[in-house]
Amino acid sequence: MTADATWNEAAVRERARAFLAANDPAAMDRLDFLRARFDAGLAWVHFPEGLGGLGAPRELQAVVESELRGTPDNRPGRIGIGLGMAAPTILAFGTDEQKRRFLRPLWTGEEVWCQLFSEPGAGSDLASLATRAVRDGDEWVVDGQKVWTSVAHTARWAIMVARTDPDVPKHRGLTYFVCDMRAPGVEVRPLRQITGEAEFNEVFLTGVRLPDSLRLGAIGDGWRVAQATLMNERVAIGAASGRRTMIDVVCETWRSRPELRTHDLHQRLLRLWVEAEVLRLTGARLREQLAAGRPGPEGSGMKLSFARLHQELSGLEVELLGEEGLAYDDWTFRRPETVDFVGREAGYRYLRAKGNSIEGGTSEILRNVIAERVLGLPSEPRADKDIPWKEVPR
Amino acid sequence: MTTLLYTEVEEELRAAVRDLLADACPHSAVLARIESAAPYDGDLWKALARDIGAAGLLVPEELGGAGASAREAAVVLEELGRAVAPVPFLTSAVVATRALLAARTAGPGEVVDDLLRRLASGEATAALAVSLAASPYRRVGAEVTYEPADGDAAVVSGRVAGVAGAEIADVLLVPARLPERDESALIAVETGERGVEITPVTSLDLTRPVAMVSLGSARGRIVARGVGADAGGSIVGEALRFGAGLLASEQLGLAEWCLAATVAYVKERRQFARPVGSFQAVKHRLADLWLEIGGARAAARNAAGALADGDPGTAVPGPVAVAVAVAVAQAHCADVAVHAAEECVQLHGGIGMTWEHPAHLYLKRAKADQIAFGAPGEHRAALAGLVDVPAPV
Repeated sequence: MTADATWNEAAVRERARAFLAANDPAAMDRLDFLRARFDAGLAWVHFPEGLGGLGAPRELQAVVESELRGTPDNRPGRIGIGLGMAAPTILAFGTDEQKRRFLRPLWTGEEVWCQLFSEPGAGSDLASLATRAVRDGDEWVVDGQKVWTSVAHTARWAIMVARTDPDVPKHRGLTYFVCDMRAPGVEVRPLRQITGEAEFNEVFLTGVRLPDSLRLGAIGDGWRVAQATLMNERVAIGAASGRRTMIDVVCETWRSRPELRTHDLHQRLLRLWVEAEVLRLTGARLREQLAAGRPGPEGSGMKLSFARLHQELSGLEVELLGEEGLAYDDWTFRRPETVDFVGREAGYRYLRAKGNSIEGGTSEILRNVIAERVLGLPSEPRADKDIPWKEVPR
Repeated sequence: MTTLLYTEVEEELRAAVRDLLADACPHSAVLARIESAAPYDGDLWKALARDIGAAGLLVPEELGGAGASAREAAVVLEELGRAVAPVPFLTSAVVATRALLAARTAGPGEVVDDLLRRLASGEATAALAVSLAASPYRRVGAEVTYEPADGDAAVVSGRVAGVAGAEIADVLLVPARLPERDESALIAVETGERGVEITPVTSLDLTRPVAMVSLGSARGRIVARGVGADAGGSIVGEALRFGAGLLASEQLGLAEWCLAATVAYVKERRQFARPVGSFQAVKHRLADLWLEIGGARAAARNAAGALADGDPGTAVPGPVAVAVAVAVAQAHCADVAVHAAEECVQLHGGIGMTWEHPAHLYLKRAKADQIAFGAPGEHRAALAGLVDVPAPV
């Protein structure tokens, strides 16, 4: 059974039940159970056989999740970058050897991944990045500085874009690598955020030597590979499905605290309830389009809408709490291992949500993407177009 | 499971309606008509009704209709909104027809079947004699009274303001009450009857003008009894909810035209030696509008699907789910259509303020649609109860 057509709901359900009958999670080590689940093709059913999947339609994953509910999971909040960005990029651009080496421990959570993209001088203009990778025999020598790197302090591997050719225009001189976070010359320093904690880091790369076998995609093709990663990132950030969402959190506070309600907040909350429902329906429609093999451009907008909604809802909750909103749960400089937008208290949620319109492409850049790629509007004049990267004034 | 996508059949219907409108309803024709004595386009309506079968879309096949659902009607409305077509599809083939279908479910009879047959064939057009601003959440019909006569006959008196589609209607469906009693009825009155006076009102929306309906002892036939006491659960309330849910699709089509026309214009129009559409100040506004319209499509499709599945006899989503779907669609889409039309005027600059450019037709329709079947705030207020976001105590 390899072709899509052979996998239907019943077949996948049967597969999941057979797996569970043969692997009792209560009698097994947690990691052994997850490894066995990967090997049974029940990690991500739309991946190919042998790589944690069945080559089945993506929506059948829901059948697996429902059959395996209550069994140990891979703690997705801890390995979101690996699951959402590294894995699809490796699948699309990696060699067979890379897929075999990386995907299994990525999915089980044994190896955490981070993303070395942004730099102090390259944020929205990612293609202008300056971290250099210079070929030296079978190796590459990497020097530069990366920033806003979530979970770099727990990561085993990173997906990284570096400049391999400064003599061509910026988009063409980039190459995509897997960076070994344990290699000598990799230094991770925490960056404290407005929430008090340090979810992200700055990463200094000094003479880091990477074998050519860690290159992902062709030399000079890094921008195209990075685009695939970024589209997956936006879909991942924009599609919070199934789990408790910000509107649920705020409505719970609203229902349980009648003494806090005001007419103004009521009007605003109802507006946001409608927006949340419209966004939920938009996501549902998007998934239907994907399942029907007709992906629509709506995906590029989900993250933008989600960021705005999160910010308004979390801001409203702090305001609703009134005097309690003056307090904050904890400013301790900690380094969390997971990212949870709806975790902790209202003040934290409000501050963390501010990042939603910055991380993974700012809302301003995403509006450009929609305007140019979906609506076909002309781009702004660009001063750095068609000239070698090293000649761009900076 | 209901789908939020369009089926092939729906796309074929859309193509047929779009082709007809491209031929028979150009903006020049709409602009020429709006100040004439016949603001509704009778010829276009006949072509839609008979050639495409739009008039009988919702009418069961045994009565000469197509037996289609709210989903297909929604697709027709998207196209009519896109063209700001001055035809009584929403008022006759959707709202009035739905009221008759609900009456038929409540108590079948030859009067209802006969009316539905006439509407389906396109031979007659109907209008529910309530204000376009009436909503499913408020009681309607208090201003008209009736006296029973022999058999199904009744004599009706009173005035109703703000009735859309009345000028082109052959039959008015009038919610009326018995004086001094808590009984009410839906009464079909032919507009040719003595005592029926329909006075056009100078309307904000030039493509769907409203009129004052005056009934002075006009004779009619009772279609259903007992309606109106509790508008929310009544035949009229159900028809208004149906209209509100499907109006979202008209608003979607309208907004889509406004976005497409504006995008096309800002690509062409040059200032500072570049297309104005290359400025981020313009691009970002249009990107936001595109996002809102994507949401409107999902919400409008969801409402149409809920109303289709909630047809009497199946009732899959349940009445609360249907009410939520409609309230969400109207709360969102009404404002999106207005926003789209306002952006269309603004981003066209001076030309957007002219009578000769069609942007104002869309702005006026969008603003009137925002009020129709309950303003967005009324739908949000209804949601407070429906989804348990209670008001301050």
